[in-house]
Amino acid sequence: MSQYVLRRLLIAVPSLLGISLVLFVVLALAPGDPFSELATNPNVPPEVAAALRAKFGLDDPIYLRYLHWITAMLRGDWGFSFVSRMNVDTLILQRLPTTLYVIGSAQLLALAIAIPVGVYAATRPYSIFDQIANTLAFIGFSLPTFFTGLLFILLFSITLDWLPFVYTTDIRATGFRWVIEQVRQAIMPVMVLGLFQAASMTRFVRSAMLDVIRLDYVTTARAKGLGQARVIVKHAMRNALIPVVTLVALQMPAVFGGAIVTEQIFRIPGIGSLLISSILSNDTPVVMAVTFVFACLVVLFNLIADVLYGWLDPRISLR
Amino acid sequence: MLDNELRTMIDEVKDGRMDRRGFVQRMLAFGLTAPMATQLLAIGGVAMAESPSTYKPTKRGGGGALKLLWWQGPTLLNPHFATGTKDQDGSRLFYEPLACWDPDGNMKLVLAAEIPSLQNGGLAADGTSVTWKLKPGVKWHDGKPFTADDVVFNWEYARDPATATVTIGVHRDITVEKIDDLTVRILFKKPTPFWADAFVGAPGSIIPKHLFAEYKGAKSREAPNNLSPVGTGPYKFIEFKPGDLIRGELNPDYHMANRPHFDTLEMKGGGDAVSAARAVIQTGEYDFGWNIQVEDDVLLRLEKGGKGKTVYAVGGDTEFIALNFTDPNTEVDGERSSIKTKHPLFSDPAVRKALSMLVDREAVKKVIYGRAGRVTPNFLNGPEKFVSKNTTWEFSIEKAAKLLEDAGWKAGSDGIREKDGKKLKLLYQTAINGPRQKTQAIVKQACQKAGIDVELKSVVASVFFSSDVANPDTYAKFYADLEMFQIPMSQPDPAQHMRRYHSRNVATKENKWQGVNFPRWVNKDYDATVDAAEAETDLVKRAALYIKANDIMMQDTVFIPVMHRLKVEACSNTLRPVVSGWANETDNLFDWYREATG
Repeated sequence: MSQYVLRRLLIAVPSLLGISLVLFVVLALAPGDPFSELATNPNVPPEVAAALRAKFGLDDPIYLRYLHWITAMLRGDWGFSFVSRMNVDTLILQRLPTTLYVIGSAQLLALAIAIPVGVYAATRPYSIFDQIANTLAFIGFSLPTFFTGLLFILLFSITLDWLPFVYTTDIRATGFRWVIEQVRQAIMPVMVLGLFQAASMTRFVRSAMLDVIRLDYVTTARAKGLGQARVIVKHAMRNALIPVVTLVALQMPAVFGGAIVTEQIFRIPGIGSLLISSILSNDTPVVMAVTFVFACLVVLFNLIADVLYGWLDPRISLR
Repeated sequence: MLDNELRTMIDEVKDGRMDRRGFVQRMLAFGLTAPMATQLLAIGGVAMAESPSTYKPTKRGGGGALKLLWWQGPTLLNPHFATGTKDQDGSRLFYEPLACWDPDGNMKLVLAAEIPSLQNGGLAADGTSVTWKLKPGVKWHDGKPFTADDVVFNWEYARDPATATVTIGVHRDITVEKIDDLTVRILFKKPTPFWADAFVGAPGSIIPKHLFAEYKGAKSREAPNNLSPVGTGPYKFIEFKPGDLIRGELNPDYHMANRPHFDTLEMKGGGDAVSAARAVIQTGEYDFGWNIQVEDDVLLRLEKGGKGKTVYAVGGDTEFIALNFTDPNTEVDGERSSIKTKHPLFSDPAVRKALSMLVDREAVKKVIYGRAGRVTPNFLNGPEKFVSKNTTWEFSIEKAAKLLEDAGWKAGSDGIREKDGKKLKLLYQTAINGPRQKTQAIVKQACQKAGIDVELKSVVASVFFSSDVANPDTYAKFYADLEMFQIPMSQPDPAQHMRRYHSRNVATKENKWQGVNFPRWVNKDYDATVDAAEAETDLVKRAALYIKANDIMMQDTVFIPVMHRLKVEACSNTLRPVVSGWANETDNLFDWYREATG
């Protein structure tokens, strides 16, 4: 087993290097530069703009810039934001808790909906409940988050005036009120993200459950006279959830990506909105760092999924 | 002509036969009103008075929280590094300049004790120096006193190329010396009519010497206070998350009586202009939304029954179509739009004139800008005293067609006019932005009717406005026949703005397209006029020179002004903000307050 994990880890290193190289080259070749605003600022003589470019090493050849970046990264130096003139890791760490809070809650919400609904629908295939659940799930993952987001804002903030639509990290309240406020402002983004996730997950749970429920050992359990609830929860569900766990793990990076749009709509100061604003201002070190974090997440969750497989089914790790 | 009348009026003010307000109003009627009227009076020998404040609260604090929404949040808080207005806005919450600009473009005192004038000895008669007296007893937020040393230090800090500040252009050519603890003198290399460039307005904010002295030059980016400002302003810094949030609280030691009004301050960043307008105007979640570039009918809809409204500030920003005077389609020494070429179609003035007649400014205002724009025949639209009254414009497809017909441009079989085998086909580029694409469509339609074929092109703003030498789509390269955008006029004086189109500033491959004269227009008369204006210390003559410069430009149709744009802000019904078209939104923040009842 440990050998298997080691092998996987060794494969992850070159893939990360490859990803970083591709990211870097693409960013270096992309049009625009971080000091574009200086070009239209009449107070800044062209020499100063040129000096700034030189100071930040923008005029060096790409391979040199990449070497600088990768060696700095290995030393734990994430680089320096051109726009904010502060360290990129500070910038990311400032945004991370919010992202984790919103995405984590959304993911929990998705699971809380998908598992019971999927399982229940699978036990009664083609019943009215199953059909309604299926239809809703279909609508759910057909609607993009930017659409549902705006819809929620129009309904809950503007028409009903129940919820705020600007997310603020600075809630001036303490104790219980603080918690209430935190929850209140997170409701809409979490719902938008969570429901979208729940929709696709429900269908997945349902089909995984359907597969398992027909297997012989489930029938055996029933034949032994166990109650329906016990059979479903203790016997069928445990096995059915194995692929679901993998799915959740593999989807995590995608959720971070999906949150970019949601973060923008609700002004959530998370990693996603940091990425967008950095791309718009051509703040390459930040874009590089954030996209690299996403790449690491993909590799990490793949690794976790692999390990989980190996743990669940030891035959896989022997291959 | 304007010379004499103005001079008489200035004398009347001097003798007390006319009051200051009357002077300003007369100039308005005369078409020469100056947001910088007071400066005109100052040079004319009349001491400047501080413009009356609209501030009402009679005690410090008690205004609760002030919630500001900037849809592009500030990303750094050092005024010397602020690349965009959003960063200047953020720094200006805590740092202060010696003086700032009020809505009329008058000077308002902040850290200075009096406005320099000839009478009080602040201004040298020959225009080569200005002496500022500082307000006594001003303290930095950490309790240290604010003195002349701080002002001198800011000059040294900013002018050092190694510090790499964006304010270097202002500080490079001046000398700042300390006279005593509360007096500084700025020396100019040559007579300088506009002496209020350094230390005035948001870019002139002053940072404390005692915290930044060690971080001058190459170490500038290591200063811990780059991210946690210690200023002299009405609000003290609490917290900063770049692009997201700035928090501040009332400064109990603030140097202005009864100010500030608000107990806490919050500036939230991110999102887009429409939803910012919504959060202020419709739902009232925020008190003030910055730079609401939203189509007017959307704003009108939000305002119906909402909790806020839009407010406008008049500055000098002009949306224009620039004509390329060089040939974008011929390469000379590996360079397109080379100054060695002449534009094949625009070398005929009739084509340029006809194009100007085909831009329906009235329609653009009606359909797109609404309350946020004014129709104008001029490139230079402010301050009022620099605005030409000699120019006119008209929209007429028939007249444009006739003009072209008379100049020998005959319609071909495809309806497109041609002459000597050259077809009237134009490439018209601009940055991607809703109002701009709509304007393009309006212009294209009119051109088509007059027999000109226009191809539209839109480039992502981050590319269009970049200084990227490798990219062919930047505005500075101008590989098109026409291009449309706006260059912000950042101070209430036209010198900086008009200097750009001097022939020495032509953008070429040689200067890596950093030259700011992108239409590549060369006119000796214009060069001479601008040069003369820069050396002219008599403000009255100087204004006349800039008006002449504008007229030469319009005569040559270098630019076709599309709209004189106003600043649009969203504001809650109870908030009383002070916003100037000549300053950043936060420049007058100390005068903001909330009316007890809406």
